[in-house]
Amino acid sequence: MNDHLKAFWFRQHRRDGFLLGLAVGTFGVTFGVLSVSAGVSAFQAVTMSLLMFTGASQFAAVGVVSAGGDPLSALGTALLLAARNGAYALSMSRVMPSRRIRRVVAAQLIIDESTAMAEAQMNLEDAREAFWVTGVSVFFFWNFGTLAGVLLGEIVGDPMVWGLDAAFPAGFLALLVPHLKQRNKCKAALIGALVALVTIPFLPTGLPVLLAAFGAVVMTRVDARK
Amino acid sequence: MTWWLVAGLAAGCYVFKIGGVLTAGSLRLSPSGESFLTYLTPAVLSGLIIVQVFDGGATLTVSALTAGAVTGGIAAWLRAPLPAVLLIASATTAVIRLL
Repeated sequence: MNDHLKAFWFRQHRRDGFLLGLAVGTFGVTFGVLSVSAGVSAFQAVTMSLLMFTGASQFAAVGVVSAGGDPLSALGTALLLAARNGAYALSMSRVMPSRRIRRVVAAQLIIDESTAMAEAQMNLEDAREAFWVTGVSVFFFWNFGTLAGVLLGEIVGDPMVWGLDAAFPAGFLALLVPHLKQRNKCKAALIGALVALVTIPFLPTGLPVLLAAFGAVVMTRVDARK
Repeated sequence: MTWWLVAGLAAGCYVFKIGGVLTAGSLRLSPSGESFLTYLTPAVLSGLIIVQVFDGGATLTVSALTAGAVTGGIAAWLRAPLPAVLLIASATTAVIRLL
């Protein structure tokens, strides 16, 4: 290992940020494989990872489309899941660079992982560095993973034979589990599930997902009453 | 998927990010706005799971896919890493279809 690399690796937040990106890369591979199996073109899947760059929304959009939902409900669902990035951006503005051009680039890197890593630091300098290292690392591996995934997906062939359609709900479950540890978030999830379950027989595909947001409305009102 | 949808998705997702950065000085989220955003993700994710599990069709059906979602869900609950969760879910569904 050369000295520059050693100096880089010595700081924990840099190391963690890099490794977090590597882990997220496996999500990227999955996104690529599932997108192609759901009938999204390889070029579209790669474009989504580059320009959307927010995992849950990407999976959701592909999931809704593959289930036969119309484009508007796919868009609505994805944007509901992307809204939290707006809240992250409000708190991350303190670590954003001052040059406007750099801010435009840095904003794209605001996601769960970069925000969490920056928030965990003690001082502004470390927070800024953690944000960039994590953001760039996740961006690189997410997109590289997607590319590998779409190539792999082309080889896989018929997704139904491999049961790949079951990977969507299972993947969303894996994203949901960490939220369930918190009691009120768990309630919001239960109400959302219930609303979707009750409305599925009556509404076109896609709408029940949007209505699941009602779970968040209810729990917000519960919080406000305290 | 149409390119219009891809463009809409890309624009929409970026607007949240850049919008938050640009308005940070002047906009402060109310406590209820903040809690709404924290609850939104679990609520929408669970809605998505339900729709996916029941095939997104007009009727509630239980299928090989449901079984895969359940075994994958158990793996996720036990904190198995994501690729393992997806592998278990897909394998379950594939094997049941073979039977």
